[in-house]
Amino acid sequence: MDTTIAVRGHGITKVFGDVVALDHVDLNVAQGQIHGLVGPNGAGKTTLLGLMLGLAAADTGELEILGTPVGRGLPAPDGVSGFVDGPGLYPTLTARQNLATLLTLQPEGAPVGDVGEALAQVGLTGAADQKVRGFSLGMRQRLGLAAALLTRPRLLVLDEPSNGLDPVGKKHVHGVLRRLAAEGTTVVLSSHRMDDLEALCSEVTILSAGRVVFSGPVRKLSDDDRELDYRLRATDPSAARALAVETPGVGVVEGSDAALPDTDVIVVRARVAALDELVGRIVRADIAVRELAPVVSPLESAFLSLTEQAVLTEQSDKSEQESGR
Amino acid sequence: MTTTVDAPTAAPGAGAAGPRRPVPLGNIVWFELVKQFSAWRVRLLILLCWLGPGLLVFGIGQQATLPSDTLFGRWMHTTGWAGSLVVLGWAGTWALPLVTSVVAGDVFASEDRLGTWRHVLVAVRSHRRIFAAKAVASVTVIALLVAGLVVSGVVGGLLAEGNQPLIGLGGQQLSGSEAGNAVLLAWLCVLAPTLALAAIGLLGSVALGRSPMGLLLPMLAALGMQVAQMLPLPVAVRLALPGYAFISWNGLFAAPQQLGPLLIGVAVSLLWAVVATALAYLLFLRRDFTNLNNDGAGRRMLTMGVLPLAGLLAATAGVVALTTDSSGSGITQAKVQRSVAAVFAQLYPYQQMEIHQPAVTAAQLQTTAVCSKNEGLGAQAGPGNDWRCTVNWIVPGTGVPTQAVYQLNVTANGRYSADGDGPVQVNGYFVIIANGKATPNPLWQFDGNVDLLPGR
Repeated sequence: MDTTIAVRGHGITKVFGDVVALDHVDLNVAQGQIHGLVGPNGAGKTTLLGLMLGLAAADTGELEILGTPVGRGLPAPDGVSGFVDGPGLYPTLTARQNLATLLTLQPEGAPVGDVGEALAQVGLTGAADQKVRGFSLGMRQRLGLAAALLTRPRLLVLDEPSNGLDPVGKKHVHGVLRRLAAEGTTVVLSSHRMDDLEALCSEVTILSAGRVVFSGPVRKLSDDDRELDYRLRATDPSAARALAVETPGVGVVEGSDAALPDTDVIVVRARVAALDELVGRIVRADIAVRELAPVVSPLESAFLSLTEQAVLTEQSDKSEQESGR
Repeated sequence: MTTTVDAPTAAPGAGAAGPRRPVPLGNIVWFELVKQFSAWRVRLLILLCWLGPGLLVFGIGQQATLPSDTLFGRWMHTTGWAGSLVVLGWAGTWALPLVTSVVAGDVFASEDRLGTWRHVLVAVRSHRRIFAAKAVASVTVIALLVAGLVVSGVVGGLLAEGNQPLIGLGGQQLSGSEAGNAVLLAWLCVLAPTLALAAIGLLGSVALGRSPMGLLLPMLAALGMQVAQMLPLPVAVRLALPGYAFISWNGLFAAPQQLGPLLIGVAVSLLWAVVATALAYLLFLRRDFTNLNNDGAGRRMLTMGVLPLAGLLAATAGVVALTTDSSGSGITQAKVQRSVAAVFAQLYPYQQMEIHQPAVTAAQLQTTAVCSKNEGLGAQAGPGNDWRCTVNWIVPGTGVPTQAVYQLNVTANGRYSADGDGPVQVNGYFVIIANGKATPNPLWQFDGNVDLLPGR
């Protein structure tokens, strides 16, 4: 992979009144990478995406987009496209008209795509001449992506692009993004769906309360050996439960939502090694394992763990500050 | 825990995209126009402005009863130009404030409502160009709508009544071409207050965001100014209001023409247009678009909108008062007497001609008028419906002095309507057949205009 940096952020801070939206954020996104931004509501994802699109300037810190400094008085360079807080579309225009008018806003000599081709890429050819007023959320998302593609971006910034998409639409959009990345376009996207990020992104950055709590490859996040909850379904649930209780490092989670109301399912909490030991014991006891799966994905678990930890740290810092006054 | 990976090394400037090239302003204006014309309310306005006045004027022309309480309405059966002036008067009160509200008052707010600000900003990346394009597009659409009102009213009037002479507010006859020129000039003059209202609309649209108050601001401002014009305000304050040119075009039809108030009104309107646009521009540049929940509604509206414009009104009123030496209502006994006598002297020969009497001239009549307010009690100045005038003239060829009495209703902006109170054969109600149509005696009721500035 080309190691040229598409997005380089260092010490980025953005404050709105009393709210610190971004707190000394560092971010590096390599060219051609699909990079996920994830975090709970209010973590600063949209603000960071907005800075990349040149919608606002950081209060402190440095941000470089496609090798060009961006900030107060320094707009984002050509080749950056995308949307935050949903695509901006005009309901009284058709899908085709929305894209055609957007083309008029391109600087002279800027590379632009073909409207029909962009619509075809996102699967909206059939709805090209319908007014956007009647579009579903998913269709709007896809049209927003088409608008972004039309400008042949080198950096594509998307806020929740899978929002409102049905499985077919999601597959379509994922395919488009993967193809763009393969052609060298850098994609930075935010999502609440960990499965989306897992499926699309090579690297993710987790934000919590405006701070980066993780930034790196997705596999590094999911490979961390931490205790997870697993749904376990066996041919003899009572015996399996007894074995889980006896196995060191394994605990049975009582009253878990993942088990109820299915009484055949038990939920156990364990690290991978202890889980392996439990499975061995069950098999040796001639009990068949019909299902064994994490209640939440390792990535989601890591996300929850990291963000909860960050919130606890922040609360602790605040308490110390208040007690020190 | 904070975990970061080592950043790949990048050669400085490698893959640099270079500075953003500006989007041509014309392209952004086109983008704005496409959006404007795609909105059903703008399409409806275009239809109404280009068809409505013509149909209205043509329709009234076919009726027996005329809207004589509207300026020039009583002449709609006499000439086609009167219809356009009725439309102009009505437009200044209702249509032009509505047009500016719908177009300029919504041009920024619509982006807030649709949540498209970030889309536009990402595409254009220049607040200045966006503002300029929206302002230019708004003025273009407004100009198209005003053109519709002008063309429709003129065509409807000319089709109904033809290019006949128009009786002016001084009682004088304007030939068809003179009337046409004056009508077009009057429409040109009202573009100034229309621009002022459009600028107020831009300011409201920027400052109040998706709040409906932004959309209503030009209408409310126009309504406020109309109410103010009905109040007994000093002349200087009246002339300092940006909507005064919606009224002062009347002066183009007076004899002699009352150009002072008209020019002051136009200048004040243009000043308001510039200042309100500049304030809107400053507010727009300072707006934070990172938080969509904050559309800027109400922010800085007081400090950057209301207070500077109130200051402008006070300063303009002061300058007008000093430079014109005007004070009070501007309506004095001497002015009313002079005006009524002059109008009567012009209308009397016209009446004689219409009833096929020997031709007379205004000079032969040696007309004078004696007017009093409230039967001579109290101050003999100011607006009111309690003015009573006795007009004296010499009947040509006989040397006999004659009198006629009029009741006057003088409004605060100087316009008055005179209602004949005898003798019946001079200023009573009777019908004259002219051009195959029945019209009332021109001396029965007539309109005039008192110049509010001193010395006239």
